[in-house]
Amino acid sequence: MNALLRIYAIFSKELTQLKRDRMTFGMVVMIPLIQLMLFGYAINTNVRHIPVGVVDQSKTGLSRVLIQTISATQVVKFTEHYINVQQAETAIASAEVRAVLVIPKDVSQRLVRHQSVGLGSPPSSDEETSRPVAQWVVDGSDTTIAAAIKSLRNMPLAELLSKPVNRTTPTFEVTLLYNPEQRTAVNIVPGLVAIILTMTMIMFTSAAIVRERERGNLEMLITTPVRSIELMLGKIIPYMFIGALQVVIILGLGNLVFNVPVNGGLWQLAGSTSLFITASLTLGLVISTIAKNQLQSTQMTIFVLLPSILLSGFVFPYEGMPEAAQYIAETLPATHFVRLIRGVVLRDVEMIDMAFDVYWLAIFTLAGLAVASLRFKKNLD
Amino acid sequence: MSELVIEASKLSRNFGDLKAIQELDLEVEKGRIYGFLGPNGCGKTTAIRLLTGLLKPSAGEVQVLGFNLPRDAEKLRLHIGYMTQRFSLYDDLTVKENLQFVARIYGLVGRQQNSRIDELLNTNGLIPQKDQMTGSMSGGQRQRLGLSAATLHKPELLFLDEPTSAVDPENRREFWEQLFDLSDQGTSILVSTHYMDEAERCHKLAILEEGIKRADGSPEELMQDMGAHVVEIGSTNLRQLKQELLKLSDVISAAQLGARLRVLINNSIADPLAFLTQQKSISAEANISVVRPSLEDVFVTCTGEGRQ
Repeated sequence: MNALLRIYAIFSKELTQLKRDRMTFGMVVMIPLIQLMLFGYAINTNVRHIPVGVVDQSKTGLSRVLIQTISATQVVKFTEHYINVQQAETAIASAEVRAVLVIPKDVSQRLVRHQSVGLGSPPSSDEETSRPVAQWVVDGSDTTIAAAIKSLRNMPLAELLSKPVNRTTPTFEVTLLYNPEQRTAVNIVPGLVAIILTMTMIMFTSAAIVRERERGNLEMLITTPVRSIELMLGKIIPYMFIGALQVVIILGLGNLVFNVPVNGGLWQLAGSTSLFITASLTLGLVISTIAKNQLQSTQMTIFVLLPSILLSGFVFPYEGMPEAAQYIAETLPATHFVRLIRGVVLRDVEMIDMAFDVYWLAIFTLAGLAVASLRFKKNLD
Repeated sequence: MSELVIEASKLSRNFGDLKAIQELDLEVEKGRIYGFLGPNGCGKTTAIRLLTGLLKPSAGEVQVLGFNLPRDAEKLRLHIGYMTQRFSLYDDLTVKENLQFVARIYGLVGRQQNSRIDELLNTNGLIPQKDQMTGSMSGGQRQRLGLSAATLHKPELLFLDEPTSAVDPENRREFWEQLFDLSDQGTSILVSTHYMDEAERCHKLAILEEGIKRADGSPEELMQDMGAHVVEIGSTNLRQLKQELLKLSDVISAAQLGARLRVLINNSIADPLAFLTQQKSISAEANISVVRPSLEDVFVTCTGEGRQ
């Protein structure tokens, strides 16, 4: 009874302080709002309008039509003309353009004998047909850009000659579930819930104990009958509500602005997010008991935040990481939550079907709470 | 002998090589105001932290209110109040919110809580400030709030660590009136200070220097038992005279007070007046008289710290 009252005392005190701290309160709302807009629009793996140049050695009507056809795909945008290949390579080096299309003198002969066009009867010899129409010289350092240009390799060319497309049957049929239009936002927005919660929840609580120590309040607190665990719980409960508010902002706005569906049940969503919120909060508390001042606690928050962004599968797929990185990723609560929230929001799975991630977050929370309570000593030794 | 609320024997605490408290023996009687007098850094705060269970002693035994420390520190917390040297309540809460917070921590709710808070606001003269943000209050108001918070749960024993260091003299007087009221109601109080006039108000006090207790007793006892005569010399050229006198081995200290020089002379000199008139440095017209010792003289004598 008294224990509950003491937790309530800490809880209501935190809430009052939070209400007075306009800056923090503003961040609670502004961080998810701004980050959602920023990442929702900015992160896009469907690359379009890559600035490229052309070295047109044939200077025929055909080469001009070829350039127009490629432009029509919207993958690239021709911005420069170069006289020779050397000049083009210098332009790539100086990042004027990301790639250059080199159209050879004999482009029309090559095109006519090209397999996809299917002219030239009797069929030309293998050597002749294997010759491509033109060549792309690409700045291959950025793999996403390179992949986008590589995707042009097999673009149909038949329309150049106003002939019906000589359709080839693909080896595989691909059915895209959950995100058939392949919009990046569908994948980013639920992941963003994990990143923003990691950032704000750890940031707020990592400062919690440190701040009391810096302001001298701790010396008073530890002479009272408050127990460590009561202090810890009283500190994290207000932030659970804040975390929930942020989730509502992100998913609500994601639905309105980016049309990201929320397919899962509300209870599944509430359950998985509150698990992650408490896990992040206790991680923040552990940091708070280690850090000596607020600067240190901020540094440690960033130490956790960066791998959470890069390794959790938020931007780069977990499967693409080497095994060692996967182990590190597995220890981060964000990794488990990125899987959970994408599962619940996009694929309408139940938490029970993702039991591993659920248990992991639960165990992480309990362990974190225990470590924080044990580390927080009620004396000044 | 009345009941003891604090009993410590050979209490020591080291921080690395630094001996913050060395073999402190202490007996504090119930219902009394006990003072720790000493310069900054003499171990007053460390001693209080040892007695409240915030620090573990390196050696020695200590019993507070019958609880063995540091083992029973947690149980002791319900019975003691502690007002820290630095203001330790929340600057971004109002006076009333701070008191409500402390009340809840001690399990006080509802009507009981309200009446206790009103009572404290009343006795500490904080009613006009009750909705004011603590951060914007004056030193005296903060200190009264600190005392209210420390006494909210009616502790049997109250620890006050330099409670009046940020407070003007008038507020200090009122503060001590409050302490005597509390003492009258049976609360035992341990207060640390570096002000002589404050120390003089205590029932008993201990003089600390570099973690060692140099003397203890009631202020009167201390002044009586002081091992020195106090002589005041009214003369001209006091700065030079002071330097001359300090060269004598029997002169413990000499301090100028306006137009007079206050000199402490070792008890081994039977007649201090005769001793001084023999000195060539003192002119014949000088006005020499033996005066009643003050607590400052006691302090200077037992800490051996000459006031230059």
